Amino acid sequence: MNMSVGWVFFYLLVFPGFFFTSVVGLLYTWIDRKVTARIQFRVGPPLLQPFYDFFKLLGKDTFVPEGAPRSIFLGAPLVGLASVSVISTVLLVSNMFPQQAFAGDLIVVLYLFVFVPIILIIGASASSNPISALGASREMSLYLAYELPLLFALATIIVKSGGLLKIGDLLQWQWANHPFLYSASGAIAFVSAFLCMQAKLGFVPFDIAEAEQEIMGGTILEYSGPALAVLKLTKAMLYFTASIFLTVFFWGGFRSPRHGWYHILGWLKPVAIIVLIILIKNTNPRLRIDQALRFFWSIVLTLSIVGFILAAVGL
Amino acid sequence: MLKGLKKGALARSLWVYHVSASPCNNCDIEILDLLTPRFDVERFGLLLVGSPRHADVLLVTGVVNKKVLDRVLRVYAQTPKPCLVAAFGSCAISGDLFVDSYNFAGPLDKHIPVDVYIGGCPPKPEAMILGVVRAIEKLNKLKDL
Repeated sequence: MNMSVGWVFFYLLVFPGFFFTSVVGLLYTWIDRKVTARIQFRVGPPLLQPFYDFFKLLGKDTFVPEGAPRSIFLGAPLVGLASVSVISTVLLVSNMFPQQAFAGDLIVVLYLFVFVPIILIIGASASSNPISALGASREMSLYLAYELPLLFALATIIVKSGGLLKIGDLLQWQWANHPFLYSASGAIAFVSAFLCMQAKLGFVPFDIAEAEQEIMGGTILEYSGPALAVLKLTKAMLYFTASIFLTVFFWGGFRSPRHGWYHILGWLKPVAIIVLIILIKNTNPRLRIDQALRFFWSIVLTLSIVGFILAAVGL
Repeated sequence: MLKGLKKGALARSLWVYHVSASPCNNCDIEILDLLTPRFDVERFGLLLVGSPRHADVLLVTGVVNKKVLDRVLRVYAQTPKPCLVAAFGSCAISGDLFVDSYNFAGPLDKHIPVDVYIGGCPPKPEAMILGVVRAIEKLNKLKDL
């Protein structure tokens, strides 16, 4: 089936793409701050707080540090914004129309996910600030740490489904049989992918690259005004995208043809996932970068390989 | 309308960068009171940020002396405008008992424009919240940013 160009633009810019994802992503950051506040017995910010922050940053000056290449420094956040928009569009459109997926969209999503740490590394390295460079090097190490377990977790569900590489096909397999989460190998893969997403989002205990108290924001240290607004928006959208990524690949997406009212219930799945992320975020101290590397390369990697072997023997 | 939106958003989301200009640390400890459950200024959108590049309010504590003055001026120049400056505690406002000291460089408002004065040694949390209210009032009264 072919989509007309107009619909592609609509999907990309309005409904599941840029506009929708940014609004929901900003609301997600509100949920994050509110739940954090409630855990600490505080009241927390009002509902529209992330929108105030965003519009405020749009109205401020942007500094480009002396010696920083202007186009790379200011261009990096825009590339990140575009790639996160495409990921969320691909994931949600394959959820709405599983037949329309193109071959290998899983690989495209994986590659676009890589862009987020890469633009942070490029932007921080371009800012000619030594503390930002420290953040960039930590981001790089962290990326090396979590990428392999994440790939193993996805390989697990691909093997489990018998070699399907389209997101739509994977969803239909889950609707026909059961969500991957409800099998032994799938549950193990979910846990390791979940920890990898926590690290990709840069949340405590893996906020080593951004560590506000230690290296003043690290990778985003030199950004100000609209450039910072775009970076914050990218992170908010990534928040939403990471939760739908876990929902689509492990928890059967947002709807199931068998249950009509699953439409509404399905949207609560990503919210449940982020509440779990927030709980982990608020009950753990920050790890050092060597501890994070050891954690991912020993425990999480072993876990995901065990899941992979279980899937290979058919559990 | 765009200007109104910009101003309204700024007044609802003040991010604070804390500049320690040779304080005795008492003010610095007291600032953290505002983040506790009892006072919780995040209700009004205030956050402490780690970098002056992200800041809307510079909270200057301590006696501005000759050695630290250059740093305060540089941090002020590095902060994206529009930004507010708050003189926090008696030392930043007047020099307090260090006023006759050989290295005292004068009160903060001699060097950079100060928008809000928060008095006390250290200021009480109620005084700090009053300072926040005054900062927001001042922003709302401004014609343009």
